[in-house]
Amino acid sequence: MSSPDTDLDEVPEGSEPVTDPERDAIVAALAAQLGDGLVASEVLAGTDVWVRVTADSWLAAATVLRDTCGMAYFNFLSAIDWMPSPFGRDMDAQVDLVGTDEPQADPEPMTWGITGGSTRFQMIARVHDPVGHIGVTVKADLDSDSPRVDSWLPVYPGANWHEREAWEMFGIAITGHPNLVNLYLPSQFEGNPLRKDYPLLARRVKPWPGIVDVEAMPGDGDEPDDDGDGS
Amino acid sequence: MTDVSNRNQLAYIAAQASDARVNVEFETEGMTLNLGPQHPATHGTLRVIVKLDGERVLRADPMMGYMHRGYEKLAEVRTYPQVTALVNRIDWLGSFANEVPFILAAEQLMEVEAPPRAQWIRTILFELSRISNVILFLGDMGVQLGAVTPVFFAFRDREFVLNQIEAVTGGRFHPNFDRIGGLKDDIPRGWIEETTGVLGRIRTFCDEMEDLVTGNEIFQARTRGIGVIPPEVGLAYGLSGANIRASGVDWDLRRDGGVGLAHDQVDWKVWTHPDGDSFSRYWVRLQEVREACGIIEQLLGGIPSGPVMAKVPRIIKVPAGEAYVETENPLGVMGYYVVSKGDLVPFRVKIRSASFSNISITPWVLEGTYVPDVVSILASLYFILGDIDR
Repeated sequence: MSSPDTDLDEVPEGSEPVTDPERDAIVAALAAQLGDGLVASEVLAGTDVWVRVTADSWLAAATVLRDTCGMAYFNFLSAIDWMPSPFGRDMDAQVDLVGTDEPQADPEPMTWGITGGSTRFQMIARVHDPVGHIGVTVKADLDSDSPRVDSWLPVYPGANWHEREAWEMFGIAITGHPNLVNLYLPSQFEGNPLRKDYPLLARRVKPWPGIVDVEAMPGDGDEPDDDGDGS
Repeated sequence: MTDVSNRNQLAYIAAQASDARVNVEFETEGMTLNLGPQHPATHGTLRVIVKLDGERVLRADPMMGYMHRGYEKLAEVRTYPQVTALVNRIDWLGSFANEVPFILAAEQLMEVEAPPRAQWIRTILFELSRISNVILFLGDMGVQLGAVTPVFFAFRDREFVLNQIEAVTGGRFHPNFDRIGGLKDDIPRGWIEETTGVLGRIRTFCDEMEDLVTGNEIFQARTRGIGVIPPEVGLAYGLSGANIRASGVDWDLRRDGGVGLAHDQVDWKVWTHPDGDSFSRYWVRLQEVREACGIIEQLLGGIPSGPVMAKVPRIIKVPAGEAYVETENPLGVMGYYVVSKGDLVPFRVKIRSASFSNISITPWVLEGTYVPDVVSILASLYFILGDIDR
């Protein structure tokens, strides 16, 4: 990165090795021990690795990662709601739909990220090997109507608060968690704020001033600009 | 009328009764102590409910949420450049460092790399944030144990660092200066010399802390052997930063992470301490401030020339994909898991903040300690409320 001439046009992955034996070994270990529990995997050589397991293998995956792959470090645990927002594209700052409170009649189809998916909710967690310096992101598809997954507490005690957060923000039932009470929200709070069908009320009653900025801007930077790229 | 066996029996009963009386006298009553949400040891509004048996802590439950601002939800309705203004407020003492991992994650998705000059200035500002953050800890650790002087020194010398950050970014606390593809601006003229001078002051501050606090007998008595966290426990709880290095784990993302910062261009050392107690957490941070001074000094000497901004489109649409980027922030590992669907706004942003995980170990580490040590342990774990509640 110290030679400006060569690196400017290069994407970060350009110089990385094509194969990654260490990350491949993690996937292999999970495949060997989980069997059908491992649904999909993707290795971005030299950068990252994602695996997707079934909800039933969620806890087993943690055990394998810690005991076999040396992932002693618990990084984080959360969830993703893959459903496109039923409030249409007003979550996208390009279009201002203030005042139209009706959910969009024809929502966009659901699409998933790396390693794919099949249901609305995905559990996502990341563990790390503090010696080999490799992190693994684990995902698991959960049931769309009543998402439920085993707690990671027997393997990683640090998952405690992260699971409480996933429970209150996404409404994901955590089997085996001893203390599922609200972490951030008031105890009487209703709803799961990070679900996509939970409206952000501030945004529904008042236009976000940032919309104006974005719409007023010219196309792809042909004109001189005042605050963007310092040129 | 009492025979021998009867006398023995009575003596036995009397002994039992006196034992029982002693037990009653020494029996301590359970008590619930509510620490915070406005306690000085809480850096904001952390509330810890401590169940006591006498002076002994049976159970400690931190209560969060007094400052929950819902950044993960808000980020879903902000464009990528707007998100940095939010995440600035997570760890408000090291604001610039909060922006860096998010911008790096967006850059990774866009396959853009900041020009070398931007990377170096980024790293310098990153380390300046670390200094301004951690020297406040060094002063604050003293004040929580009854030594009032260090905190004044810390606030005095932090000003110089903040002035340097302000000179570049225009913001003392919330720079909002990092951009996808580089930086908003270049550094001003004369800034390098001034910053070098400030680093001298910070080094003097570290020596003063060494004199005032580190060797102090009371400080040592209050921190040595208190709140010991074994490395395997710390790792399983997700402890990071100086907290885990103080338990002897030699792991620093600045050296081991390999993300787009210029730490690999300079010569520096990762400090660890084998003890894992409150004192070692303080000591490691003190060394890290010195090390950060060294990093900045070396970087200042060799900032490459060139632009500070790569070619990026005026309206930033991040291609669909997922990226997780973490950096070694002042408080520990901070990471952003960014999911993009090719829109102007992120689809989901998971903010992995350091203090949240660091403080999640408190129920474990506070159990069985004594009341005065609660403050010492909380202070040494060093959290910022905004970094817990997000």
